[in-house]
Amino acid sequence: MLLDSGVDIGPVTLGYETYGQLNAQGSNAVLICHALTGDAHVAGYHEGDVKPGWWEHYVGPGKSIDTNKYFVICSNIIGSCMGSCGPASINEQTGQYWGLDFPIVTIADMVRAQRALILHLGINRLLAVVGGSLGGMQALQWVASFPDMMGGVLALATTSRHSPQAIAFNEVARQSIMSDPHWQNGNYYDGKRPDLGLAVARMIGHITYLSDESMHIKFGRELRHGGGFAFNFDTEFQVESYLHHQGHKFVERFDANAFLYVTKAADYFDLDLSRSDSPARQALAATTARFLLISFTSDWLYPTYQSRQLVNVLKELGRDVSFCELTAAWGHDAFLLPHEGLEASIQGFLGGLE
Amino acid sequence: MTSPCLPLTENQLRFDLRVVAAWIAPNTRVLDLGCGDGKLLRHLQNSKNVYGLGIEHDEEEVVSAISQGLSVIYGDMNTELAGFPDKAFDYVVVSQTLQQAYQPTELLREMLRVGRLGIVSFPNFCFWRIRLQMAISGHVPVTTELPYQWYDTPNIRVLSLEDFRKYSRSVPFAIRRALAVNPAPGGGVSKVNFWPNLLASYGIFMIADR
Repeated sequence: MLLDSGVDIGPVTLGYETYGQLNAQGSNAVLICHALTGDAHVAGYHEGDVKPGWWEHYVGPGKSIDTNKYFVICSNIIGSCMGSCGPASINEQTGQYWGLDFPIVTIADMVRAQRALILHLGINRLLAVVGGSLGGMQALQWVASFPDMMGGVLALATTSRHSPQAIAFNEVARQSIMSDPHWQNGNYYDGKRPDLGLAVARMIGHITYLSDESMHIKFGRELRHGGGFAFNFDTEFQVESYLHHQGHKFVERFDANAFLYVTKAADYFDLDLSRSDSPARQALAATTARFLLISFTSDWLYPTYQSRQLVNVLKELGRDVSFCELTAAWGHDAFLLPHEGLEASIQGFLGGLE
Repeated sequence: MTSPCLPLTENQLRFDLRVVAAWIAPNTRVLDLGCGDGKLLRHLQNSKNVYGLGIEHDEEEVVSAISQGLSVIYGDMNTELAGFPDKAFDYVVVSQTLQQAYQPTELLREMLRVGRLGIVSFPNFCFWRIRLQMAISGHVPVTTELPYQWYDTPNIRVLSLEDFRKYSRSVPFAIRRALAVNPAPGGGVSKVNFWPNLLASYGIFMIADR
């Protein structure tokens, strides 16, 4: 597969899961794109799992994305480490871990790989492409790359152009990894891993996924052990404890190099819709897909104005677009959490595409 | 199929929207400003194969419309029209919300820029009952049509049917169709032909560029 960088890689491996049945016409396929560090396990439990898939609340029999009606596909993005090829997988030519020799991938590359999977599954046209955050960027890239391959595009808590603020947070996270002495220019697979750097990177990420309000609600200024200050630098505040916990949990499941790759892909993402000769804009002008964009009031990572910018482009182009800013206290994370308005909107939008 | 988008009969529409729906030709493009939960759009989509888009500023109403599979943009009708190309729609509908517009002239001009035709419905402030109430009680009228107190009314622009006609000459815009009505029992309308500015409680106008 030829990547945006000009590098040709192959074979490309994709980890994916499907739910439900493809109907005889092949017209009920819904592709769900996961966020930055997500995986293909969108719903349900694997044997021995304690926790369900990452979007269990919205995907399953009788749920908003009803697996009794729809054939749901979710694949791990390339560059990641949850079943698809990336820096933490083996380079077949050398027999070694790819590490930083793995080429830089873009959102468009991720989508190219997904398209090959979709065609492999015998699907020519998706009913809808759905995703939040980096998954929303993929959904938007899908319609920009393959405008006639879907009936609908549902993009949640996302943007068509990664902002300098979002890039800044990603860069701090990457620097945290790369300044960990165990990182070793990405060649750490045979020794100690840059767990500390990765944990701090995740902590930074988590701050951007929450909101001022949600931190007040979840933690306030609560101290872990109650009572008064300990007058030392141990973990005292609940919010510190939460971030530490998230950081440590993360290093068990995610690879530091993969984190560099997926954040870089996000930073490169820009559909460049303001230029009239932008290929993405021309693709949007040509699609018949319906759009639903949803933002959340407290999401400051991809704030509402970024969704509105896209709405304005789609209005100018005369596309069929719906948009709502949903009230939620939970910051960027809101799209992952139960929200009645989101449930109803997703279900109604998909229902309207049939 | 558990789609919530069941057909909506005309009888489920508010009286003025029945007239609006009857005025809209099949297979056209309609923009509904202040579309609420999208009843008009749903009816037009089901019965006239209309492509409809709504603008609504109430989050719950937007969610309700989207959950019926309708296309709605959450936003303020006073500012949301700006992004659409010229004549992107066949009709732009403002039903019972003109009296809530901050800049009605700007709104009407934008409506006619974005749409070939505009359809406007509003309560007639010079309906006899209102005139009488004001004359006798000495209070600002509170009626079925205008059920608010002065301090909580969203209706910041009160106008009569004659005011609208006069206004059409100053903006200017052309009035293509006009209907003066009273809500009738059963949810429909009864037309008022004689002295409408006194005897009709609502007016519905189809307007166009002059």
